[in-house]
Amino acid sequence: MTEYLGLSMLLFTIGAAGVLVRRNAIVVFMCVELMLNAANLALVSFSRRHGELDGQLAAFFVMVVAAAEVVVGLAIIVSIYRTRRSTSVDDASLLKA
Amino acid sequence: MTAFWVLAPFMVLAALGLVLARKAVHAALCLAVVMISLAVLYAAQGAPFLFAVQIVVYTGAIMMLFLFVLMLVGVESAESLAESIPGQRIGAVVVALVFGALGVVGVAQSVTGAVVGVDAANEGGNVEGLAALMFGPYVLAFEATAALLITAVLGAMVLAHRERLGRRLTQREVAEGRLQDYAHHGTHPGQLPTPGVFARHNAVDTPALLPDGSVVETSVPAPLRARDQVRPGDRSEVDAVARELEPGEDPR
Amino acid sequence: MNDVLDTAWVLVALPLAGALLLLTWGKESDRFGHWIGTAASAASFVWGAVLFVALAGRDADDRSVTTTLFTWFDVGRVRVDMALTYDQLSALFVLLITGVGTLIHVYSIGYMADDPRRRRFFAFLNLFVAAMLTLVLAADYLVLFLGWEGVGLASYLLIGFWQHKPSAAAAAQKAFVMNRVGDLGMVIAIALMLAHLGTTDIARVATGVPALSDGVVTGLGLLLLLGACGKSAQVPLQAWLLDAMEGPTPVSALIHAATMVTAGVYLIVRSAAIYDASEAARLAVVAVGLVTLLAGAAIGCAKDDIKKALAGSTMSQIGYMTLAAGLGPAGYAFAIFHLVTHGFFKANMFLGAGSVMHGTGDDVDMRHYGALRTAMPVTFFTFAAGYLAIIGFPGLSGFWSKDKIIETAFGFNVWVGLGTLLGAGVTAFYMTRLMAMTFLGRKRWREGVHPHESPAVMTVPLVVLAALSVLGGVMLLGHWITDWLAPVVGEAHHEELPVPAIVLTLSVLVVVAAGVALAWATYGRREVAADAPTDREVGWWTRAARHELYGNAVNDALVVRPTGQLVRGVTAFDKHVVAGAVSGLAGLFRDASQGLGRLQTGFVRSYALVLFGGAAALAAALLAVTIA
Repeated sequence: MTEYLGLSMLLFTIGAAGVLVRRNAIVVFMCVELMLNAANLALVSFSRRHGELDGQLAAFFVMVVAAAEVVVGLAIIVSIYRTRRSTSVDDASLLKA
Repeated sequence: MTAFWVLAPFMVLAALGLVLARKAVHAALCLAVVMISLAVLYAAQGAPFLFAVQIVVYTGAIMMLFLFVLMLVGVESAESLAESIPGQRIGAVVVALVFGALGVVGVAQSVTGAVVGVDAANEGGNVEGLAALMFGPYVLAFEATAALLITAVLGAMVLAHRERLGRRLTQREVAEGRLQDYAHHGTHPGQLPTPGVFARHNAVDTPALLPDGSVVETSVPAPLRARDQVRPGDRSEVDAVARELEPGEDPR
Repeated sequence: MNDVLDTAWVLVALPLAGALLLLTWGKESDRFGHWIGTAASAASFVWGAVLFVALAGRDADDRSVTTTLFTWFDVGRVRVDMALTYDQLSALFVLLITGVGTLIHVYSIGYMADDPRRRRFFAFLNLFVAAMLTLVLAADYLVLFLGWEGVGLASYLLIGFWQHKPSAAAAAQKAFVMNRVGDLGMVIAIALMLAHLGTTDIARVATGVPALSDGVVTGLGLLLLLGACGKSAQVPLQAWLLDAMEGPTPVSALIHAATMVTAGVYLIVRSAAIYDASEAARLAVVAVGLVTLLAGAAIGCAKDDIKKALAGSTMSQIGYMTLAAGLGPAGYAFAIFHLVTHGFFKANMFLGAGSVMHGTGDDVDMRHYGALRTAMPVTFFTFAAGYLAIIGFPGLSGFWSKDKIIETAFGFNVWVGLGTLLGAGVTAFYMTRLMAMTFLGRKRWREGVHPHESPAVMTVPLVVLAALSVLGGVMLLGHWITDWLAPVVGEAHHEELPVPAIVLTLSVLVVVAAGVALAWATYGRREVAADAPTDREVGWWTRAARHELYGNAVNDALVVRPTGQLVRGVTAFDKHVVAGAVSGLAGLFRDASQGLGRLQTGFVRSYALVLFGGAAALAAALLAVTIA
């Protein structure tokens, strides 16, 4: 049981680190997906721990939301790429002091 | 547990690959590995429905979307690995290590007691159990996700829509424009020959030959030309083939 | 209601309409604007005469008519009506203001003939007449205050009429500011009335006075006296009047001699009910009157500027009136009597002085005059009539009015009586000095000055006013004026005099003759220097009188300089402490935000790092709690 959660933590942390380190918006986005998946793994594990299916259902909802998010997020990336010819998140840094 | 211990190292390695890969396509492939492995772990934990959904939705739909967008913005866009924000990389690693250590310790601290297992819950079938929950207590959340998906589709359409800036040109205007170009710049007014016409090969990297035997470089797709992967085409090669086919008859 | 006396508002409306017309009409009215102004004033006089006849035709106890035009404002328990009272007192004032006013309008046609802004001058004169009539007709202290401020405004506009002269602009401001000090007393008095009586109606205040405590009544009396001091240039608010002579001479004659400056006396007489109820307030009035009487006379003795000498005389004569008004019912009628006769002879002399200035090229220094009697005979004779009237030559108007005041003053207190007697002597001295230096003696004219008689439009008003100065005493015939005013100011009861009245009159004549003789010996027979002796060559009393008894220095030391210091201190405090704190705080925040702004890199990844760090800290905290 603990090992599943440990793996989940590990994947989540790696995903978060990826978000911080990578500059390509698409890769950043993939890292976010990795974090979501890690959370899903935790949810499924909790479901097994408690013998209830609610956790699995929560994971299912996360997937649905992730799908919607990916659709919109990628559309945003594409439209930014169209205007700026770049997918680097560092390029969109005009909002500063 | 076997599945876990077999898959877990692969997943961690693939996740690290996702973070460290220089090319976005490689990162995407690493992510696919993690996702499929996760699907197996779901199955191992008594969640067959999620196993299927993970495969279909994540690796099937979402990963395809990622790859599609990658193709759209350019596969070649390998980012430089030099960090531009001072201290960002070290800070990220340190915070990640602290967070990961804390998380693991925390999980080990908090999760106690025996594992119940979902066998009892899956008695009437996993899918039926989830359906009873989804259309029972969680029906409102389910409806809300439907609305969310519709909104997301609309949002994507709005974002991807490109406003036409000028009037659509009529066919006549297009034709006139082409002839004007021909008159002033000598641009060929008609369709360009497709690669391989009259050439020795009809592959895309083989430039077409005009009936007078001259080579048309522009018939090869621009990416191939840029990479210098154009197969040299020559009239003499065609002649050689012709001679092979009809010996003794010189076309000239 | 179909009473002709209900149309008193017409008196105010005519000059007001004239003022509005002249102020709004364009340049084309420059040619005839002065006639419009004069006609408005004259029409008001004619209407005033009609009303006077109608009033005189009534029974003696039915001679007060109050007309409510409209409700001015009605706020909660306070209700103020725009109401006019036409009674014996205001009737006299209406005739004085419109009569003398009209004569001065006529005079101004000639005096201001060369001024490019003559139309505006007449507009202001009409405005003044309207405001002054509002003042004397008001049935409510607030309406009276409206007129009070109106005459203050007109006075300001007219003193500063030649605003291109810095001295005139400064004099106008000085008059305005000093009048505001007095007005403050008036405003507080009105507020006191509202607080204690709930009304500002003059009649209802008068009936309500007996119910008030002594302290409140005395307070009201002193505050109204402060207002009167400001308007009538009485000590301690006297300093503006001499500077006010910067205005055109008709203005000095109308506003600063005949009418406006007597408004304070009018106010005291009108508020007779309040002063009757407070011994202390009356005493203060007498004190102010006596001090001003002597101070004004002293200043009049030393000034070489003909208008300033006359202004000192005006102060002194108004001191007489104020003193008489402070003597209670015995003196009210004589205060008004002297006010009217003074209105005649002082206007006459100011206009005469204006005529002299007109003839000598706007020179005001009497040391440059001399022997003008031959060059300006009409001016000389009319001026002489005014001169004889003011010193109290037997039979002339000033003789009757001043004699009565001195008599009443002796009835009140011997020392006050002696003060007024001394004042009469000094009056004779300085007026004889003025007369001798201006019209008699040897020529001391500056080069290029050719004195000449003024045109008829200026001399005719002089002749009329001279006639009035000579004949003004008829009002006392058969005690007409005291009987006429008795219903308004109360019945006079005669005090027992220490000496018979005829002895008193004779002693007044002796003192006056002594003053004349002294002046004649000093200025008539001896040669007058064409240049004034410097301050070092004269005695300390002359120096003090020349400097207006140091009134300006006192104001400067007591008010202007401390206020200036205070303002500088407050400004410095505001600049360094208040503004310093504000801008210091702002600077602190600016620096802080500039420092914090560096954290705002714009890179979303660094924000995410902070977020992640926060999450780690939260996890650590949770873990710490769990373990502990």
